[in-house]
Amino acid sequence: MTNYKRRDFLKNGAALAALSGASAAGVLLPATLAQAQSAAGKIRVGLMLPYTGTFAQLGVAIENGFRLALAEHGGKFGGRELEFFKVDDESDPAKATENANKLIQRDKVEVLVGTVHSGVEMGILKVVRESGTLHIIPNAGADAATGGLCAPNVFRTSFTNWQPSYPLGDLLIKRGHKSAVYLTWKYGAGEESLGGFRDGYSKAGGKILKEMFLPFPNVEFQALLTEIAALKPDAVVCFFAGGGAAKFLRDYAAAGLKGKIPLYGSGFLTDGILEAVGDAAEGIETTLHYGDGIDTKRNNAFRLAYAKTFKLQPDVYAVQGYDAGLLLTAGLDAMKGDIANKAGMIKAMENVKIDSPRGPWTMSKAHNPIQDIYLRKVVGKENKVMGVAHKALADPARGCKMA
Amino acid sequence: MDFYSFLIQLLNGLQYGLLLFLVASGLTLVFGIMGIINLAHGSFYMVGAYLAFSLAALTGNLLTAVLLGVTLSVLLGMLLEWLFYRHLYARDHLYQVLMTYGLILVFEELRSILWGDDVHGVAVPVFLSGSIPLTDNLSYPVYRLAISGICLLLAGGLYWLIRKTRLGMMIRAGAANREMAQALGINIEWLYTVVFALGLTLAAFAGMIAAPVSSVYPNMGGEVIIISFVVVVIGGIGSVWGALLAAILIGMSDTFGKVLLPEYAGMTTYLLMALVLLWRPEGLFRRT
Repeated sequence: MTNYKRRDFLKNGAALAALSGASAAGVLLPATLAQAQSAAGKIRVGLMLPYTGTFAQLGVAIENGFRLALAEHGGKFGGRELEFFKVDDESDPAKATENANKLIQRDKVEVLVGTVHSGVEMGILKVVRESGTLHIIPNAGADAATGGLCAPNVFRTSFTNWQPSYPLGDLLIKRGHKSAVYLTWKYGAGEESLGGFRDGYSKAGGKILKEMFLPFPNVEFQALLTEIAALKPDAVVCFFAGGGAAKFLRDYAAAGLKGKIPLYGSGFLTDGILEAVGDAAEGIETTLHYGDGIDTKRNNAFRLAYAKTFKLQPDVYAVQGYDAGLLLTAGLDAMKGDIANKAGMIKAMENVKIDSPRGPWTMSKAHNPIQDIYLRKVVGKENKVMGVAHKALADPARGCKMA
Repeated sequence: MDFYSFLIQLLNGLQYGLLLFLVASGLTLVFGIMGIINLAHGSFYMVGAYLAFSLAALTGNLLTAVLLGVTLSVLLGMLLEWLFYRHLYARDHLYQVLMTYGLILVFEELRSILWGDDVHGVAVPVFLSGSIPLTDNLSYPVYRLAISGICLLLAGGLYWLIRKTRLGMMIRAGAANREMAQALGINIEWLYTVVFALGLTLAAFAGMIAAPVSSVYPNMGGEVIIISFVVVVIGGIGSVWGALLAAILIGMSDTFGKVLLPEYAGMTTYLLMALVLLWRPEGLFRRT
């Protein structure tokens, strides 16, 4: 048994109680009621998100964002109210198809919004590709969802793992870093993120001296730091998140490498951990499709509204959930609430221009955002937005027949 | 890899191994000597780390926090033994697994309620915050070396306690034959309370002194429990020296696995365990 399985094991158990509560609520709703609701009734929206376990806060932020978008549209999308059906997916891939089926077959949802964990997303994809249900992904970055497994009814409002790390290549060359070492956990998100960096860096003329992997979620970095010190690359690029990211940043600084070999990160390296890491994170630059400090009227208005409504500061996940709401209403407004007209919905959602807090973005042919990737720098205890690292970046959508 | 890098990697392996020993030492006692399969051992590690985080914030000093934390851990250990664990001694391993697994869930939820799901950091004490330069661009944090020193001291202390003291003799007697020890006038119930509290305190202590290097985060207990069992099983159940040796072996195999066989780094530790168990099914130092 690996540590990874063990962790899942723990999470599952913890979530059992919460799940049974959630499903009981669904069961109470008679099936006849579902059919009684015609086009004039409420639109049935499934939320399949993690509400327990490590990713619980992400699930809550996404739902909050979605509900804020709804509230700003007077509680109606396309003139119709929404009825929510919630399932806690527990970030457990083993239960993904079952949970998605519950929403689609039992609750008869007309659009399924979810989820955070890429493994769970794979299960949802399998189900919605068969059922044809409209599906909006508010986080999971697995390249395949809008790549090899893309489908007309599947849309994403977040990112591909490839996207945030691609612009780092160009940035490193501009800074004069001609060689780099890449470091990540050996799992999907890490390897796909490496793919993005590799594409960008080799195109810009850089050389990756070595790609280093740790088994997920191992956090004993000392051996690899020793190797980095011996290889002496111009820069180090890494992909870590959460507790592992915090430990990596501390270890990197404690090994004396910080300040000698500059460290860059793609994605979420410095999100949510700056209080814990302190000085060890100072000055580290990362690339992501959002930054708390984007100083636009749009972002400031969003942040204020979110903070007022939920007494919480919004994060990138809240933005992605919010945009999922904006995307759905764009389709429904165009169709005057007729969600049953699937072809029309899909066409409308393909042609959107979302006025997002992260900046305006459009939908790629593979249904993933074509969006600006920001360069952020840790200053004090915040990720300061330094500018745009890559304007309107589209994922290559490898293997997608629609692209 | 040149010779100097090799030496540094040896140091890395040794240092990681000693840290593993520290985490696993409490399990050696509870699992090895009392015979309880304690899945919640990792949770005690987590409790220690979060105690260090809260108490250090409260007192502004990690040393005071550790002293207070150790006291609290002993009390918690006695309470848990009295409430839960003493009902398990006579029962089958399956009951032990069920109950201690339940405790994991309870501790995780309590953690979530009390401390939330954020990642927290604990500052290294100022007098240990320096580092020693090893090469032109690599240095070694003094705090990590200090942890290694503490681990070695603890290993010696445990050995002394179990092998050389009266308490240790009673513990070994109780482990070998509970009824006979009782008949000879040893208060087994009290003794087991003490041993369990000691085991829990060792785990919590490991969490406390590891907190500044590892950070404090949800599920951190789940990450150490498996490797702790591996250490105890390789070392030979109930042997302190065995656990120490096993921990260092694992530290080395993990370190060199990552450097030499990066593609298979996740396997090396378990491969080592499989090989040792093929060679010596009872572990390296099985003692009765």
